Formats: sequence, C-alpha cells, structure tokens
Amino acid sequence: MTETILSPMSLLAELTHRCPLQCPYCSNPLALEPRKNELSTAEWISVLDQAAEMGVLQVHFSGGEPMSRPDLPALIRHAVGLGLYTNLITSGVLLNEKTFPALVEAGLDHVQLSFQDIDTANAEHVGGMKGAQARKIEAARLVAADGMPLTLNFVIYRENAERVPQMLEAALQMGARRVEIAHTQYYGWGLANREALMPTAAQLEQTTEAVEAARKKYEGRLTIDYVTPDYYADRPKPCMGGWGRRFINISPSGRVLPCHAAETIPNVAFPDVRHDTLDHIWREAPLFTMFRGTDWMPQPCRSCDQREKDWGGCRCQALALAGDAAATDPVCSRAPDHERIKAVLDTLPAEPPPFRYRRYARATDEVG
Amino acid sequence: MSADLTDDSVIRFARGVRLQHDRVRERWIIQAPERAFIPDPIAAEVLRLVDGTRTLGQIIADLASRFAAPVDVIGRDVHVMVSDLMTRQVLVA
Repeated sequence: MTETILSPMSLLAELTHRCPLQCPYCSNPLALEPRKNELSTAEWISVLDQAAEMGVLQVHFSGGEPMSRPDLPALIRHAVGLGLYTNLITSGVLLNEKTFPALVEAGLDHVQLSFQDIDTANAEHVGGMKGAQARKIEAARLVAADGMPLTLNFVIYRENAERVPQMLEAALQMGARRVEIAHTQYYGWGLANREALMPTAAQLEQTTEAVEAARKKYEGRLTIDYVTPDYYADRPKPCMGGWGRRFINISPSGRVLPCHAAETIPNVAFPDVRHDTLDHIWREAPLFTMFRGTDWMPQPCRSCDQREKDWGGCRCQALALAGDAAATDPVCSRAPDHERIKAVLDTLPAEPPPFRYRRYARATDEVG
Repeated sequence: MSADLTDDSVIRFARGVRLQHDRVRERWIIQAPERAFIPDPIAAEVLRLVDGTRTLGQIIADLASRFAAPVDVIGRDVHVMVSDLMTRQVLVA
C-alpha cells in the first residue's frame, strides 16, 4: 500500500544551538552544532521559500536561542512576505528595548517566551544564568506593551511542579494570552537528566488539578495548553501528529528531520538542505518514509484501532527505551516493553541527583 | 465578555490572528498563535467580512441579503459563532 503524503503544516527552524542558558531539560541533541556549521542567511531564505511553496503555514524560529542570530529580523521579514505565520520561541534573555523593535518592524506575529520557574532562585539555578529572570520579565513586558500576542512556556519538573498555580497567575499578570504548562519530555538533555526531573505521580495529579481549576478561572482571558509526561500515560502521544505528516524540523546545519530528536535514529542517512530540495526530502528521503503511515508498524500497533490516532507513539522514545525505533512506544500499556516504563518510575531516587547541564562538548565551540 | 456583544459592536481579529487562504490545500484557515483552525464554510463567509470597520449588524445584513435568509435567523447564528470565537481569543469586539 502506498502511504498518502500530506503537505507539511509547520516548520521548526532551529537557527542555532547557541544559547546563554544551559537548561538540563533542553530538547536539543547532546551533540550541539557549533556555529561554523550553521546555515547562512541565504540558505535559510531558500528553506523558507521552499517551505511556503510546499504548503507550510507556520514557521517557528527556535534554537538554542534564535536571537543569537543577527539575521533573525531579516528571516522574519522574508517569512512574513511569503504569508507564513511567524513565531519566535525564545528564552527572552536577549530580547530588550534595543533588539525588540526590529522584530516588530519585521512583522513578527507571536512570541513564545520560556520560563524555568516562577521562583527566581530556582529558575536561575536551572537555567544556569544569573540575572536571567529579570531579563525575561522585562522581555514579557515589552511584548505585552506592544500588543503582540505572548505565550509563556513553563517546563515542569520535580522541583517546580508545586508552583503551577503561581505560574498561571503570573502569566496573566505579565499580559500573556496563552500559557504552556509543559511537563519535561524525556529526550536529549531531558533524558540524560530524567532522574533529577521526573515528577512523582502525586505531583502530576496536582499539576493536572491546578491546570483544570485555572482553565475555569481564566476562561476567555488565558488559553492553557497542558502537556503531560507520557511515562504516566496508558496510551502514547501521537508524536508530531505522525511521522512525516505535518511537521518538519531543520537543524542549525540544515539537516531535515521529522522531529527534533530524530538524529538519534541509527542506520539511516540524514538528508540536508545543502544537498537536496526540501520537497524531495519530504517525499522521498528514507528518514521520512521509514515510519510514515502505518505500513512499518509491528504488532500490537498494526492491528490496533488507535493506529491512525497515535501513529504508534514516539519513534525516538521507542529507540531510547526499547532499543528499537520501530518498536511500539513503550508508554503504551499494550507494548511488549511497557514494563521498562514502570521500572523507571519505580526506581526514582528519593533525592534528585545533581543536573548535568546542557553544554557544548568542547568549550572552544561555544564562543560567539 | 461576549455579553457585551450587540449589533453595533465592531468586530476585528485579535492581534496575531488572521484569516488566510491556503492555496496549497484550497481552503480558508485561521492563523493564530501556534495553531491553525479550519473554519467551516459558513464561518469562513462571516470571517471574510471581518475587517475592523464593519459592525456585527452590517455583517449580518450582508449575509442575509447574499444568502436570501431571514436576518433574525442569521443574526442568532452569527452572534453565537462570534461569541465562541471571542472566547477562543480569535475575535475581539
């Protein structure tokens, strides 16, 4: 059976892996891309042209810290000219009254600003940068004062889970229209720090209750997106809405990926925009075709009534936990490897171990 | 908030939200922060008239004449739809 190839909806443009923060749950891969390998402005412009042509509707400029790239306003302006909806996903520590006007002028549609916690001391402990919290609060103020829609993103983990109600109240005070209360996803640095970050079942229940209460309380004023840690779920998440169905991720060096963790997949070539067109990669590259649709699925997915709802869950999680990217996501209670999830949760340490901070392997790559 | 909605209300899109024609998929979409909604054909007709100058009453009158339908019936449906889209932070009045 030939799988239907849909047009991608959304492009995550990881402009750089450089970032002033060092969050131990960062979604970037463990091997961070040095600056010298980053795509040029002209190469990114070509990516945007191709993406718009293919039917991409929204482009998310991300990183690392995308504001580390001086050509960010030029890229936003180009994307706006193509009719793409432009979103900036930023830590906010470089967003100030000197840098923000160029983004407004370029036509930026929306800002997603991340906070490590609402408690300043813990936030700066997690981000590894003194003074970051005040800069973020100032960034939020500038965006809200302009009237540009603002989403705050709070990543939730063991140490900050109890403060979800205060985060939501603060988001409203800071003028946010949307908030993401997003439990850590355990890939990349998050996986490396899983024992330090994973909340307990009781903490998860508490955050869920806090979100439900806030949704009622703030209806019409604050939209709350809630992402749970799937280790506690019975059914896997429909990762990326299905492999190669809606979403394209471009790494700083131009690798084209079905998700931001896909560079962990073994025994497959990683296509890149320096050597092939985006459309050809999307349709034909083995990295995209290998898990597209349902033909690749093992049992129990293959005969499961959820197979076109959850698409077998997450390939990178199957690889990380079951050792096979083509296995059923172990999160699923029907998966042969489901016991591995239970084993992780049953052996969480009473005291969280120290963080392994997100850093470049060699300090010389980090400069700039 | 939607309790304030009357035929004199001037309707506009919230900042950062717009109606856009998706030429690849040949349909209208609502572009919004980190999401895109697909309006049904009737909602798309209503939203195409939202320009920040027309009142809700003018939008209803325009639709009633184009679709040769009673103003009160169209008006009720459009009020419900606009209230819903205000709750979802797509429209503001």
